[in-house]
Amino acid sequence: MSAERIELGPDEVRHVATLARIGLDDAEVERLVGELETILGHVATISALPIADVPPTAHSLDVAGALREDVAKPGVTREQALTNAPDPSVDGFRVPPIGS
Amino acid sequence: MAAVDVIGLTAERAAAMLRAGECSSEELAGAYLERIEAFDPALHAYLHVDPEHTLAAARAQDQSGNVGLAGVPIAYKDLLSTKGVPTTAGSKILEGFIPLEDADVVARGNAAGLVSLGKTNLDEFAMGSSTEHSAYGPTRNPWDQTRVPGGSSGGSAAVVAAGLAPWSLGTDTGGSIRQPAAFCGLVGLMPTYGTVSRFGVVAFACSLEQVGPMTLTVRDCALLQQVIAGGSERDATCVGLREPIVLPEPGRLDGVRFGVPWAELEDGVDPGIRERFDSSLKLATELGAELVDVELPYARHGLAAYYVIAPAEASANLSRFDGVRYGLRVDGPDLRSMYEATRSAGFGPEVKRRIMIGTYALSAGYHDAYYVQAQRVRTLIRRDFDAAFLGVDAILLPTAPTTAFPMGARMDDPLAMYANDIFTLPVNLAGIPALSIPNGLVEGLPSGLQIIGNAHTENTLLRFGAAFEQAIGFDPVPPALRGGAA
Repeated sequence: MSAERIELGPDEVRHVATLARIGLDDAEVERLVGELETILGHVATISALPIADVPPTAHSLDVAGALREDVAKPGVTREQALTNAPDPSVDGFRVPPIGS
Repeated sequence: MAAVDVIGLTAERAAAMLRAGECSSEELAGAYLERIEAFDPALHAYLHVDPEHTLAAARAQDQSGNVGLAGVPIAYKDLLSTKGVPTTAGSKILEGFIPLEDADVVARGNAAGLVSLGKTNLDEFAMGSSTEHSAYGPTRNPWDQTRVPGGSSGGSAAVVAAGLAPWSLGTDTGGSIRQPAAFCGLVGLMPTYGTVSRFGVVAFACSLEQVGPMTLTVRDCALLQQVIAGGSERDATCVGLREPIVLPEPGRLDGVRFGVPWAELEDGVDPGIRERFDSSLKLATELGAELVDVELPYARHGLAAYYVIAPAEASANLSRFDGVRYGLRVDGPDLRSMYEATRSAGFGPEVKRRIMIGTYALSAGYHDAYYVQAQRVRTLIRRDFDAAFLGVDAILLPTAPTTAFPMGARMDDPLAMYANDIFTLPVNLAGIPALSIPNGLVEGLPSGLQIIGNAHTENTLLRFGAAFEQAIGFDPVPPALRGGAA
């Protein structure tokens, strides 16, 4: 399989992990540097294709705005919505402090 | 009560037996549950089975009278939400999650009177081609338990091949119905994008994935597609069927034009797979069809485009797993460290890899070079198919370039794992339908023939599939299960 040379450093991997909100230990960072270089090296083979004038397709279906009637129907109750919560309070989802 | 012999039993035949009163739904479900208890510990194809619940549902069907498909059992991929029944998506991050609603396809199954036998194993969030990426351990292939069943719908394939369910539902984002169907000797349909509701399907890559049937026969595939297809007001991308699904009869293929993209077959196809494929091309001509050379020059870039687009969509979709509303939470001193600790502990290695690739490809400075460029390739792949379908009724390819590979063989090489979907994922990028049918054995293992059609040609694909099915004469029961011994 052909591939482009992509170089990533541990700091770049840590930056992406921060954007993705995934905590990684040093061993994971080290492994992901190599894996992402390989995978991105393969996907980068399309970057040189001379296709800048081709419109991008986000979605194969040519359909716009399938809307249902704007009629209120019973939905999930607050009590139901909280049944799967790891830390529910009386009226919401409890989370740790936002700032540290 | 006399045990019902369910090995090799089609859903069509099971429904006929129920309607004729030859057995009850409770007896039928009981026969599958006995087999599940005996054989699933080795295969590990089910993640959740609740015999009391299943038998109660079967009794309810018996009481209301078994018409149509009512009372026939089914297994659901554990990516499909089931009201009141645990749904994990194969991930630790959803361990213990109990959906509040059924997925539309499950609701449609219930409305048809289908009886759920349980939830089947899958690669975590459907990301994989072997079911080895399940956080709950891998599933084994009933044809050879040292090999993978394919994936990501590997559990849904294994249960049907092993006689632990008459049929099942899977989902297909890049080949996840068709490749395990091929590896386990089954029929699998990836429907036209937008014909089946995705409401209640745990989302991986929304623009690529569809729910579809995994069955022993092409006719069963049509029957199950009749159940699940149709518009939904709960999925804005679901346009439904343009015409009803018709039960196909096997027949000749006179006047049919099949396109063969020869250039795609030059590299990386196992010789045994190629031999089986060539032999089915010969069968097609004997049945009256004509073979036409077609070119899909951008299909070979499908793998690269897919591994930008699918991870990009996944990185957005999986942001909902944050330890707040459902699933796992690992506590931390503040919100951000809670997010990072939860997602670190809850996601497995392949899911983390894909979220990282997707986040990278969407990040500032890389978005145009990766994501937009991949979407341009997607346009060109669709145009390739559009051009090909001007001259042919369907395109033929092997479903996968290999048969089922040994467990562990590709776990350390993500690209080699991804490459097994080289013939299936261009179809998802184009949003068109494809049917995989068993194409005979290669060294004792099943192989698949993929019949790819233009959008909304499911009836045509099923008719072609029925013709090939009869001509090929494949026995979908693994040798170890024949003769009723197992």
